[in-house]
Amino acid sequence: MSDATTHTAAMRITLTVWRQPSPDVAGKFETYDVPGVSPDMSFLEMLDVVNERLMHDGKEPIAFDHDCREGICGSCGFMINGQAHGPERATATCQLHMRKFRDGDHLTIEPWRAAGFPLVKDLIVDRSSFDRIIESGGYIGVGTGGAPDGNLIPIPKPVADASMDAAACIGCGACVAACPNGAAQLFTSAKMQHLNLLPQGQAERWDRTIGMVETMETYFGSCTNHRECEAACPKSISIDFIALMNKDYAKAQLKQRRLIGQSFP
Amino acid sequence: MAFESRIPEGPLEDKWDNHKFEVKLVNPANKRRFDIIVVGTGLAGASAAASLAELGYNVKVVTFHDSPRRAHSIAAQGGINAAKNYKNDGDSVYRLFYDTIKGGDYRAREANVYRLAQVSVDIIDQCVAQGVPFAREYGGLLDNRSFGGAQVSRTFYARGQTGQQLLLGAYQALMRAVHSYGVQLYPRTEMLDVVVKDGRTAGIVCRDLNTGEVFSMAGHAVVLATGGYGNAFYLSTNAKNSNVSATWRAAKKGAFFANPCYTQIHPTCIPASDEFQSKLTLMSESLRNDGRVWVPKKMDDNRSPDQIPEDDRDYFLERRYPAFGNLVPRDVASRAIKHEVDAGRGVGPLKNGAYLDFTEATARVGHEVVEERYGNLFEMYDRITGEDPYKVPMRINPAIHYTMGGLWVDYNLQSNLPGLFVLGEANFSDHGANRLGASALMQGLADGYFVLPYTIGDYLAPLLGTKPVSISDPAFVESEQAVDDQVRRMLAIKGTRTVDEIHRELGHVLWDNCGMARSEQSLSKALAEIPAIREEFWKNVCVLGENESRNQSLEKAGRVADFLEFGELMVFDALRRNESCGGHFREEYQTEDGEALRDDEHYAYVAAWEFKGVDNEPELHKEPLNFEFVHPSTRSYK
Repeated sequence: MSDATTHTAAMRITLTVWRQPSPDVAGKFETYDVPGVSPDMSFLEMLDVVNERLMHDGKEPIAFDHDCREGICGSCGFMINGQAHGPERATATCQLHMRKFRDGDHLTIEPWRAAGFPLVKDLIVDRSSFDRIIESGGYIGVGTGGAPDGNLIPIPKPVADASMDAAACIGCGACVAACPNGAAQLFTSAKMQHLNLLPQGQAERWDRTIGMVETMETYFGSCTNHRECEAACPKSISIDFIALMNKDYAKAQLKQRRLIGQSFP
Repeated sequence: MAFESRIPEGPLEDKWDNHKFEVKLVNPANKRRFDIIVVGTGLAGASAAASLAELGYNVKVVTFHDSPRRAHSIAAQGGINAAKNYKNDGDSVYRLFYDTIKGGDYRAREANVYRLAQVSVDIIDQCVAQGVPFAREYGGLLDNRSFGGAQVSRTFYARGQTGQQLLLGAYQALMRAVHSYGVQLYPRTEMLDVVVKDGRTAGIVCRDLNTGEVFSMAGHAVVLATGGYGNAFYLSTNAKNSNVSATWRAAKKGAFFANPCYTQIHPTCIPASDEFQSKLTLMSESLRNDGRVWVPKKMDDNRSPDQIPEDDRDYFLERRYPAFGNLVPRDVASRAIKHEVDAGRGVGPLKNGAYLDFTEATARVGHEVVEERYGNLFEMYDRITGEDPYKVPMRINPAIHYTMGGLWVDYNLQSNLPGLFVLGEANFSDHGANRLGASALMQGLADGYFVLPYTIGDYLAPLLGTKPVSISDPAFVESEQAVDDQVRRMLAIKGTRTVDEIHRELGHVLWDNCGMARSEQSLSKALAEIPAIREEFWKNVCVLGENESRNQSLEKAGRVADFLEFGELMVFDALRRNESCGGHFREEYQTEDGEALRDDEHYAYVAAWEFKGVDNEPELHKEPLNFEFVHPSTRSYK
């Protein structure tokens, strides 16, 4: 421990963690004293250290999802003192460093709590409902081969940029966890508007909108404009996309009716 | 065992077209009679699974992630190469081919690389059609940037998140195939064995990570797209869960493992700060477009960088390689940085890095443009180090990033085990001894979208009317038993060392002795040390918990067990290759000014290793590399 902390003062924190071995067993909080935390550690590296110590004490390590540790894969995430991904704006848990906390802090961590994300173990939840939303229309239906030249459709830079702003979503689920209603509007609208804003996405725009919104509603709650999602989003996705989704959804109802009208003159 | 590269005859530019005409086809109505298992959902796996399903095959997809969208392809930042010549700067399919062959230090197959360059243009078109939001110019056309090892701008990008956007494109195509073409998706499922019956690949054995259940899946063909083995070194830029298990377990069933010693060190990573560091973070090579790499001329110069005047700085890449400057290929840049750090001119608290300085670029193009180009990378750096790169130069240090070696495949991307296909970073095929920047994304998508869908039919067509081997066949039952036994064995050891401790120990041995520079002496040392660590693992590892619920230590233990065997193979390969080429730098073989010294007369071959048992020396098979179109020359970036 001493080697690592020669150039920076070590911190001591108290960690209260939700432990639940499996979905069908009741969970509870457990508290650990964590001395010797280097401010240069990431939050997950701090958990690695806690886990190593737990194992040396013969206790099972804390289960948490993680992979890239660069804030792009969207695997990690839990509530830190009631905030999804912790106190830093626009930051995934893996990008959060201990220098953002103070010596002596008491931190409570627990999994995303939402009906749409059933618990798997400790801090791990099942987010496959997000895959179901994508499956119901979150794509452009072009098969491999046969695509025209990439420069055939000029796309104004502001349009490409707006689409990219939406496409930056990492699918971590913090928006759902932060929402008092457990709603997934921010995720769904980001995934939808990434495509709906582009010329390539127009052919399936209305079907996509209805498919994704209706699938979303089978898993998640409704949006009441709290904006907690935007504040928690590690990629700062704007709730403007929710407004665009709502507009598209209203329009889609009409468009669908017109199409039916066309089929049965 | 079949060991033919099956490179088609004819002129370079006609080989792929001729081959596509000559391969056997499966009639559209018959494709549904074939079951294909795809393992891995990165760029290669997801694009292959979607494309095969669109053709009509029955596809099952396995990933250990909770969603296919999380594969490590997502972390690639900089871009994807394609020979579009949109910039009017002299690019062509031939130039991309030439740059890639040369960049790979003449250790790749000409025919494969040419095909890669040919299909690169189709990849961009396909991705644009899928809605990948590539960067655009104000007129609405696609933008390009330049990358290391090339003198043209051919890299397409989506901010600093190109890998993410390409993966989301492939993932969305896959989810569409789940919805419309009946693809069966198995998330949180880890492949732990390949089953071979009567000389053909019959299927795989998997473990459900949430329940511990071990089960089999049979198919006419298995496609491995399971990525590289950089995490053998413990510290790398790979995602924490990336591993060698799928390819290594296939190797233990007879698939040859090719060129394992070709490992790429990426020059622009953030230096390690302490012993708890769990992984290293890469910053895109695109930074070298505008950043200038330098160290102080004096040893142990403790002045802060802004206090060091121009005359006391050594811009060593610009000095040593005037033609390519800061944009030399990765292996060359990495070794040059190591040279400076080893000579005591390293910077930062641990003296383990070089500066990457944007002062000149900011003066030239303005703060706003620098922010537009690299804003997200600067922010990432600031988060990790607590330093603002707009004010203080970044510190960079080389780290393991990509592995060019992988399972041996023929021109059809089929391994020597019939019915086992290997795509993307998991195979060895296209990058030779060194990969150029922005070429990994290109290769993953080329393999999945535009190569395998053509070549797999050649294997399947003669099997029409056959059924996959039953999963109650002894070949499957025995394999399931072996997987289950290993799990029980690891849980029963109840030793005193954690999996990470042992992994870190292996990583140190590999980095020190088989890392950026290798010698006969260091490699022999590693060969003596690795078996002892392996023995320690099997005697003294501590895996708590049970098999029947989610157990991340158990998953990790299985992967480290494989690294402990595979690491030795990597060292064997490095020891047998008595030359320096690309990412493989043997200290005994260098020119007077410290550049890699290749030996084309004796080592212009692919080293394909056959597993002969854990404690036995593997057997080397050589596939000679014939250069008909490009004459191998000393790689010079001066």
